[in-house]
Amino acid sequence: MIHSRRWMLVGMAVAMVAVTAGSGCRKSKVDPFPASGSVAGWEKTSETRVFAAKDLYQYIDGDSEQYISAGVVTTSTSDYKYQGQLEAVVDVYSMKAPEGARKILETGQTSDAKTVQLGDEALQYGQSVTFRKGPYLVRIVAYQSAPTTSQALLALARGVEAKL
Amino acid sequence: MKSRREFLKIATTGAALLGSQAKLGLADVLKKHAEAGKSKVVIARDQALHGQDGKLDEKRVLALLDRAIAAYTGYDHPVAAWKHIVVHGGGQGKVIGLKTNGLGGKGICTHLALVMAVAERLQQAGVKPGNILVWDRNAHDLEVCGLTINTDPSRIRCYGSDVSGFEEQQDTWGTARIKLSKILTRECAMVINLPILKDHGGAGVTFAMKNMFGVVDRPQDLHAGGCNPGVADLNCIPTVRQKVRFTIGDAMSSVYDGGPGFHPERLWYPNALIVGEDRVALDQTAWQIIERKRAEVGIKTLESAGHPPRYIATAADPAHGLGVNDPSRIHLMEI
Repeated sequence: MIHSRRWMLVGMAVAMVAVTAGSGCRKSKVDPFPASGSVAGWEKTSETRVFAAKDLYQYIDGDSEQYISAGVVTTSTSDYKYQGQLEAVVDVYSMKAPEGARKILETGQTSDAKTVQLGDEALQYGQSVTFRKGPYLVRIVAYQSAPTTSQALLALARGVEAKL
Repeated sequence: MKSRREFLKIATTGAALLGSQAKLGLADVLKKHAEAGKSKVVIARDQALHGQDGKLDEKRVLALLDRAIAAYTGYDHPVAAWKHIVVHGGGQGKVIGLKTNGLGGKGICTHLALVMAVAERLQQAGVKPGNILVWDRNAHDLEVCGLTINTDPSRIRCYGSDVSGFEEQQDTWGTARIKLSKILTRECAMVINLPILKDHGGAGVTFAMKNMFGVVDRPQDLHAGGCNPGVADLNCIPTVRQKVRFTIGDAMSSVYDGGPGFHPERLWYPNALIVGEDRVALDQTAWQIIERKRAEVGIKTLESAGHPPRYIATAADPAHGLGVNDPSRIHLMEI
């Protein structure tokens, strides 16, 4: 009897771990893309496209190798438009671990990057913002340059960060 | 006349040949170059192509294309030049593909203005609109260039391999074991390659030869070892080697680092078109342009950064024989 109770407790513990792990998987399915209007001036202008690691080459070709070696699991991307004019793309890379996101962020850093307060670490250039938060690496790039670009991108980045 | 003046002023060696070339067909012109043992590459520039705001002045693109083609062929009149390109390339009365590159997204893809300029000149040279097929991997890659998908054969067609599909039978050459797009195998008699110049984190440089990764079902299988020998092997597959006859490389804008994706902080405007038939010579030339820019901004050479484009030398080796990479054997004309 004592033995069987012990095994029952072990079984319950295993089940609890499995449930916890399961909820972790569900968390990775979070939608990080702000809906149109939820960040002032920004509209989501495309469907979200999702690429598994093995298919990432379809989206970024040769760039995919550095993400795969850093442990990318999935990549999601969507287009946005600010005040009907400024076009941008938001890429969200979901990595196996925060270390992978950190590695990519550091690799891409150049001397003209400006550090901004966002997520765990963030870098901003004139037409782009890249930040990491936990296992996520987010890159937002504008296709045009305008006086409002930097501020607009940062606002959108904060909108994404809030959803992660 | 301006293009001819500039050509005569800058390309002194080419000037000696120009008078005779203008009377010859392109095949004769090329034969002449072959006898000289050199591959011709033209870099045509227009420094006013992009304004201070980084906006492309699309109206200037056709004139730049005309200058590039005139310098390459020796024909001042664009229609005559294009007629010879079509005949020499085996495209007369047949479908001519324009292979673009939209992988980098809206920020760094083959410019729509260039595609339209080439299509315009082809039509003026007698090519029916329905015999012009603009294509790439898929609809997304074409649409980011500003193109609209069209399968109606009465107009210029535009669609990707996602519509045509790929051959069932595998083609092999060296390490390349791929299935080709049916657009290349079944539709096009001749392809004009319209790549865009970029740094590439794996291959080093992506331009003429690397753009062929967009014509196969599994390009990821060719990426090992910095795409070497994958790029060279793929270009040796007979259909690729024989049908892709001419390259008009888009170097109007480019990324000198962080490619092949769009990195606006590493974008620059070479304001150039790079034209030729020898895909190896074209890539060798493109590589040097990227290296010069990297030196100018003070970043590592591609070799030091760990991704030199070794596939270029491989493509030039006797086993592949795709062209020449020795600068002394490249007749470079900068206008």
